[in-house]
Amino acid sequence: MKAERSLEVRARLRRAGQQASSIDVDFVAPPGITILFGASGSGKSTTLAAVAGLLRPDEGRIALGLDVWFDGATGVWCPVHHRGVAFVFQSLALFPHMTALRNVEYGIDRAIPREDRARRARTMLERMKVGHLEDRRPRTFSGGEAQRVALARALARSPALVLLDEPFSALDRELRRELCADLRDAVDELGIPAILVTHHRNEVRALGDRIVVLAGGRVQIAGAVNEVLAGLEPPSDATPSVRRFGEFDETPMGGVEE
Amino acid sequence: MEWFPLLLSVQVAAAATALAGVLGIAVATLLAVRRFPGRDLLDVVITAPMVLPPTVLGYYVLVAIGRRSAIGMAYESLTGSSIVFTRTGAVVAAAIGALPLVVKSARAALEGVDPTLVRAARTLGAGPTRAFFTVHLPLAAGGIVAGLMLALARSLGDFGVTLMIAGDIPGETQTASLAIYDAIQSNRDADAAGMIAVLTAFAIATLYLVNKLTGDKSEG
Repeated sequence: MKAERSLEVRARLRRAGQQASSIDVDFVAPPGITILFGASGSGKSTTLAAVAGLLRPDEGRIALGLDVWFDGATGVWCPVHHRGVAFVFQSLALFPHMTALRNVEYGIDRAIPREDRARRARTMLERMKVGHLEDRRPRTFSGGEAQRVALARALARSPALVLLDEPFSALDRELRRELCADLRDAVDELGIPAILVTHHRNEVRALGDRIVVLAGGRVQIAGAVNEVLAGLEPPSDATPSVRRFGEFDETPMGGVEE
Repeated sequence: MEWFPLLLSVQVAAAATALAGVLGIAVATLLAVRRFPGRDLLDVVITAPMVLPPTVLGYYVLVAIGRRSAIGMAYESLTGSSIVFTRTGAVVAAAIGALPLVVKSARAALEGVDPTLVRAARTLGAGPTRAFFTVHLPLAAGGIVAGLMLALARSLGDFGVTLMIAGDIPGETQTASLAIYDAIQSNRDADAAGMIAVLTAFAIATLYLVNKLTGDKSEG
């Protein structure tokens, strides 16, 4: 059992190109799943990209346990490929020219001998219930299959941190629930922090241990999911965001839950 | 029919395509991936051979690599022969015409690759170089190969720049297109006909293959 490490994020970033929004965030993600919630343009994806190292903040500090990935004050910068993160993109970004097995192998430490990498990739595909796809290319996958291969690829590299950018948004409710459970198990087993961006209340309830609500690039409220959802004495300035929480949910209150 | 000019053309074109390919893919990568001052200027300079008169282009090349230029003198002191009026000159001449075709095709192909895939490679532990060679470049391969084939076809037929900087020396730098000109000038139409047929067939076959290669965008 490895020591449990929390992710600490303090990042300020202004105008980072056409796609990114300005952010000024400060939160901690302990082991378990932290939901990053907010409207589009609230800075969720920018925050995720900054944590991954795909964007460099102007100021702040990003650290996982004792590993400092970014420190604006001392100029420390750990490039994305040395951070040991697993990133599941909204588009999944499976490599179209590689089979499922090659996709999963790609992220596994290359210091490990080739056969061991293949074995590990195969095991992870089987664990995600897509072992039968190993020799096929992404073009032939269904939505749920692609999703599972993408998760397998992310988890097979024994990441120190998992980042998921609305990974289940294209799935129907049944599949989403099933995958949520599989993700939950995998993250618990690894004992690492995971940050998941989502709009769906079902995912928040099914997956989240903690939630960070963003608006206008700032943290509006952060805390345990059940407390925040129950509106347990939220700071008064957070109330509008908590209310806004419901607007992104496409299922009515009291809808299907885990 | 004379075979020597055709064989020389093929040799020159192969070498020119290799030269333009290496240089062109490097430049295309720079243009597609990096933002740097002078990027637009580099793009224009690389594309200029497509629109400049061959004589004007040939003049610039002569100035740049002629026997009295720095490059020309350096090359001559290293190899003992000059670049101009040799086969090396013919290769350089053909490569200059082919370069814009490689750069244009390769750049478009590289820019057409979904940037998220390259970022995904980076998050999976690949450094910039590994991400480029295992994801970015392979996904652009179709367009790049098409560009190389166009470059080969273009190199095979260069006339103006080759004449300016390699001359028209039978048995040394007289490539097929120069030999055709000579043959027609001296009323040896029969000699020209065979070479004309071969060059035409090659050009048509190449364009057909390029269309097939670039038309099949099934993987986006």
